[in-house]
Amino acid sequence: MTFVKQESGPEGADDHGDPPGADDGYVPSRRRLDRERYKRDRARRATAVAALSTLVSAVVLYLVVVNAPGWPRTKETFFSAEYAREALPRVLEGLWLNVRLLLVCGVAVLVLGMLIAVARTLRGPVFFPLRALAAAYTDFFRGLPLIINLMIVVLGVPALRLQGVTVDPVLLGGTALTLTYSAYVAEVFRAGIESVHPSQRAAARSLGLTNRQALRHVVLPQAVRRQVPPLLNDLVSLQKDTGLVSIGGAIDAVRAADIIVGRSLNYTPYIVAGLVFVALTIPMTRFTDWVTARMDRQRAQGGTT
Amino acid sequence: MRPVLRTARSLRRAASAAIASLLAVVAVGCAPQPEDDASGSASSSASGASCAKGDLSTKTSGKLTVATDEPAYEPWFKDDDPTNGEGFESAVAYAVAKQLGYDEADVVWQSVPFNKAFAPGAKTFDFDVNQVSISDERKKAVDFSSGYYDVRQAVVALKGSAAAKATSIADLRKLHLGAQVGTTSLNYIQDVVKPTRQAAAYAKNDQAKSALKNGQIDAIVVDLPTAFYITSAEVTDARIVGQFENRGGTPEQFGLVLDKGSALTSCVTTAVDALREDGTLAKIEQEWLSDAVDAPVLK
Repeated sequence: MTFVKQESGPEGADDHGDPPGADDGYVPSRRRLDRERYKRDRARRATAVAALSTLVSAVVLYLVVVNAPGWPRTKETFFSAEYAREALPRVLEGLWLNVRLLLVCGVAVLVLGMLIAVARTLRGPVFFPLRALAAAYTDFFRGLPLIINLMIVVLGVPALRLQGVTVDPVLLGGTALTLTYSAYVAEVFRAGIESVHPSQRAAARSLGLTNRQALRHVVLPQAVRRQVPPLLNDLVSLQKDTGLVSIGGAIDAVRAADIIVGRSLNYTPYIVAGLVFVALTIPMTRFTDWVTARMDRQRAQGGTT
Repeated sequence: MRPVLRTARSLRRAASAAIASLLAVVAVGCAPQPEDDASGSASSSASGASCAKGDLSTKTSGKLTVATDEPAYEPWFKDDDPTNGEGFESAVAYAVAKQLGYDEADVVWQSVPFNKAFAPGAKTFDFDVNQVSISDERKKAVDFSSGYYDVRQAVVALKGSAAAKATSIADLRKLHLGAQVGTTSLNYIQDVVKPTRQAAAYAKNDQAKSALKNGQIDAIVVDLPTAFYITSAEVTDARIVGQFENRGGTPEQFGLVLDKGSALTSCVTTAVDALREDGTLAKIEQEWLSDAVDAPVLK
């Protein structure tokens, strides 16, 4: 069939008509059918080109890697099935520590971060010391490298020999993680709180809500919705950083891999540990995406746009 | 069906463009670096190969590049300076260099982290000297010279602690032990002691020492010379509880680490063997590790 350049109807009107064949006696015009077929052809062609170029890229990449002179040794060193089998159970055992730390520290970080953020956004001159303290806290712990924070807490606190203070490296490490991450998360919360338009607060106050009620019922619910993606970022980051408590000798997933690598000089356990972490992160991301989408839908039903 | 034809044509065009550009990238960007020895089968034991200074294919011609970790610990090195020839491993390295015909001025030291020395890929050094124990499993990843020191593992605990009273491996079983990750010391804990509580694994011995001092663990396992140094200089309120017997009757040995299939392996091994035979190694050991003579054996 041939395409004759013709004046076509207004673009964009196609998608709003009823589907062809509906029982309203509507018969799509020849021109419309042509146009739809043309669009379908273009879409198909685009997909085919994308698929082919992906395939070609993959093949070339594969050939480059596999034909690299060092490939046989790299394969043996990083992708050994035998070592992967040996490493997986121990890595998973170590991962249990990461997961427990993530759950406990995650909750602590959210609570503490929220408290600090609220402290920073309090109004009124009487709260100045609290605001200053919260600001100093976030500045200090966001700036302090996590590894140094861990060193000081995990190796330094026990040296004080304080009565009744734990020397358990996992508890101490979790404390250090909570200190650093609550500073990050406090800033996320604060940005969220401040991104709610002042008119919202003003409207709430004019309805007779107290400052606290306005914060709780009007500002925070709107703020939290906006904070989900950056919060998830921090949560994933925290999940990976839980491994740093191995400074104190605790054996997490990466340290479990380390032990096998040190003995065998084969690096496959690292690959296993890396993939296990990724596998842990993906469901978490999908879940929060789903939660966010659901919240958005609920908000849209409210008719506020 | 002209559009289909056209589609096919442009597909071909697009595909050929893609392939051409990719191949160009491959040809330019990823030109494989030829390796001396891609197959991994070492030509190291070429019996006729000369080990004379001029014939050695070192990283830098006329120089011998030797690697070790930073910081370099006593008693293996002195004052964290491998270049002074003091400390057991520094002295061994210079003796091997001399045996291979290199003056002290021709020895170039390089700082390479313990784990980096075994990573695959081209090595930046001729050999690495870093208290690395020889094992068959490790030989799959790197070449070793013959052993230059027979090492034993020892247990260190704070004086007066329950751990310090241990006289057998069974006594250690209930304790919380620690060692540096990637060391045979940790393997001894896991394979010989098999403690009821998971051993603590530290990135560095320094952290293991501070954990011992802080009472976070009951005892640490290190090699015997290190144990003597720790108890005499670093953690003076600690003592050596005892040493382990060698596993399987074969002594554990430190070896010089070379790249897998390095052309130097046989020459370096020959040099180490010669030093052992003429008593040089024993003399160096006497000089730097003489206090590490003995400790009660834990059975």
